[in-house]
Amino acid sequence: MASSVERLLPSEEARELLGLTREIADAELAPAAAAAEHEGVFPREALRKLGRAGLLSLPYDPAYGGGGQPYEVYLQVLEELSYAWLTIGISVSVHSLACFPLAEYGTDAQRQRWLADLLGGEQLGAYCLSEPQSGSDAAGLQTRAVRDGEDYVVTGTKAWITHGGVADFYNLLVRTSGDGPRGISCLLAPGQLAGMSFGEPERKMGAKGSRTAQVILDGVRVPAERRLGQEGQGFSIALAALDAGRLGIAACAVGLAQSALDFAASYATQREQFGRPIGSFQGIQFLLADMATAVSAARALYLEAARRKDAGLPFSVEAAKAKLFATDAAMRVTTDAVQVLGGYGYVEDFPVERYLREAKVLQIVEGTNQIQRMVIGRALTG
Amino acid sequence: MKIVVLVKFVPDATAARAFGADHTTDRVGVDGLLSELDEYAVEQALQVIEAAGEGEITYVTMGPENAGAALRKALSMGGDQAVHVLDDALHGTDALGTSLVLAKVLEKLEYDLVVAGMASTDGGMSVVPVMLAERLGLPAATFASTLSVADGKATIRRDGDLASETVEVTLPALVSVTDQTGEARYPSFKGIMAAKKKPVTTYTLADLGVAPDQVGLGGAATEVVEVTARPPRQAGVKVNDEGDGGVKLAEFLASQKFI
Repeated sequence: MASSVERLLPSEEARELLGLTREIADAELAPAAAAAEHEGVFPREALRKLGRAGLLSLPYDPAYGGGGQPYEVYLQVLEELSYAWLTIGISVSVHSLACFPLAEYGTDAQRQRWLADLLGGEQLGAYCLSEPQSGSDAAGLQTRAVRDGEDYVVTGTKAWITHGGVADFYNLLVRTSGDGPRGISCLLAPGQLAGMSFGEPERKMGAKGSRTAQVILDGVRVPAERRLGQEGQGFSIALAALDAGRLGIAACAVGLAQSALDFAASYATQREQFGRPIGSFQGIQFLLADMATAVSAARALYLEAARRKDAGLPFSVEAAKAKLFATDAAMRVTTDAVQVLGGYGYVEDFPVERYLREAKVLQIVEGTNQIQRMVIGRALTG
Repeated sequence: MKIVVLVKFVPDATAARAFGADHTTDRVGVDGLLSELDEYAVEQALQVIEAAGEGEITYVTMGPENAGAALRKALSMGGDQAVHVLDDALHGTDALGTSLVLAKVLEKLEYDLVVAGMASTDGGMSVVPVMLAERLGLPAATFASTLSVADGKATIRRDGDLASETVEVTLPALVSVTDQTGEARYPSFKGIMAAKKKPVTTYTLADLGVAPDQVGLGGAATEVVEVTARPPRQAGVKVNDEGDGGVKLAEFLASQKFI
């Protein structure tokens, strides 16, 4: 089923871009999603096609090969990709997040050297903040980076890493001194360094095509010239990256929820009980109406946050609200989509049970929804 | 290396298609797109240029105003410029007339190689490329499942039912390629934007020195006398398996000459 969302886009260029996105999503992504998710196959080739089409670097500077798109447009592309296949949306969002530290905090010399490769469409990036013992309390990370001559020697374990083992570069948030947030630095490590290894892919309840694994660092020597920002600046880089990343996850959630809504609404017009389509019963109509309202509200919220970011206004709190609302909405909408399909919704022959399993992870990643509430609450109470 | 690729704007096979009162394909009132079989020709031309490391591609189409969309699509995949033959008198032109018009266009262009798809997805005749080659005096190697160009020669493999032939032609030459040549690329976002700036030259029949009575329905050597909708599919043969289902299936397939 092709997405039918009518979008208000800021430019002809954006309309062309969304057209290209839908063409690829309909032809390459949607038909492949169910089988790949069942088998747990990471869709590297599909991502390569997106890269060659220029869809992996949309929000970045064209001077380095980026698409020069505002977040308002980039996020709607992400929504369309997620509509077809959430795993792809997550990959594109995480890759964009992984390009952020170099693009925003790298020196001109560092950008000249590496950014075009990161944005070129052939590479995939990973962003390594979480550790087995530090998730929401990200500043409690323990992976150590000790300066030794021209290198940092890095030892520790990074957990829940999207693209772990399949990425071409890794942003490592590491401890360079003391305790707490001020002792953290950010290193841009290439994918194949001695001492770097990867855990078995996590066996997840959903988004099984998306690769998630530990990144194990055992005396890995990362050249000091690959440090992004100052020593000790890593935690603020991490938080800034997450603000943008949260908008990405919000857009992914809206795409997923829209997909569940469209499937449930279509099913309701075809499935007959008591001699008429179940969609003609108010009980089903009200379910669908609430689902549709939640999806529209979530989209409006992420677009509002995106437009603030594009305008250069502070947007952290709006990003937290969008991530919180959109992912909670996706959880509720996918759950209700299963309800609309009844028993058929609970079996793998229809996609909605998968959507429900996929929605859950969005309430957890890029800051749990409890962390989002903390961000919003603190902004209100100082 | 200069390549001309022939492309056609055809009705979208997944949308409603219709014929006009004069039995010509309705090309204006329906959704259209670059013929899928021509995408393979575009892809092969791009690959030849990429392998050579230099060169340029010109797309040529003949068709109504909206046929320009096929040129834009091809230009968004790559290539340099396009020619659109646009003239009301072309309405109803048959394959022979089409090859005449295309030959006149080609006379205005420099080329080493002309690449076409194996057929259009609407007319499906596969004859325009060879008619064009004949008019231009070019060697033609058709229905290529592979294409490579080196040392002033184009080499194709042509897969038949009984044998695969390797055919070599000296440039300048014409080649038509099948869907076996390999998946066509998607345009890139940058390619779509760049395509808007690539030049498209429009020619009328007068520009090409073709008289209106040489083309169109009036100039056509062939005439579509009648158009009949395909009858709806009949119910198939049902084989009840009473222990001999396999035999019955085999007999059915044999009777239809499938085995």
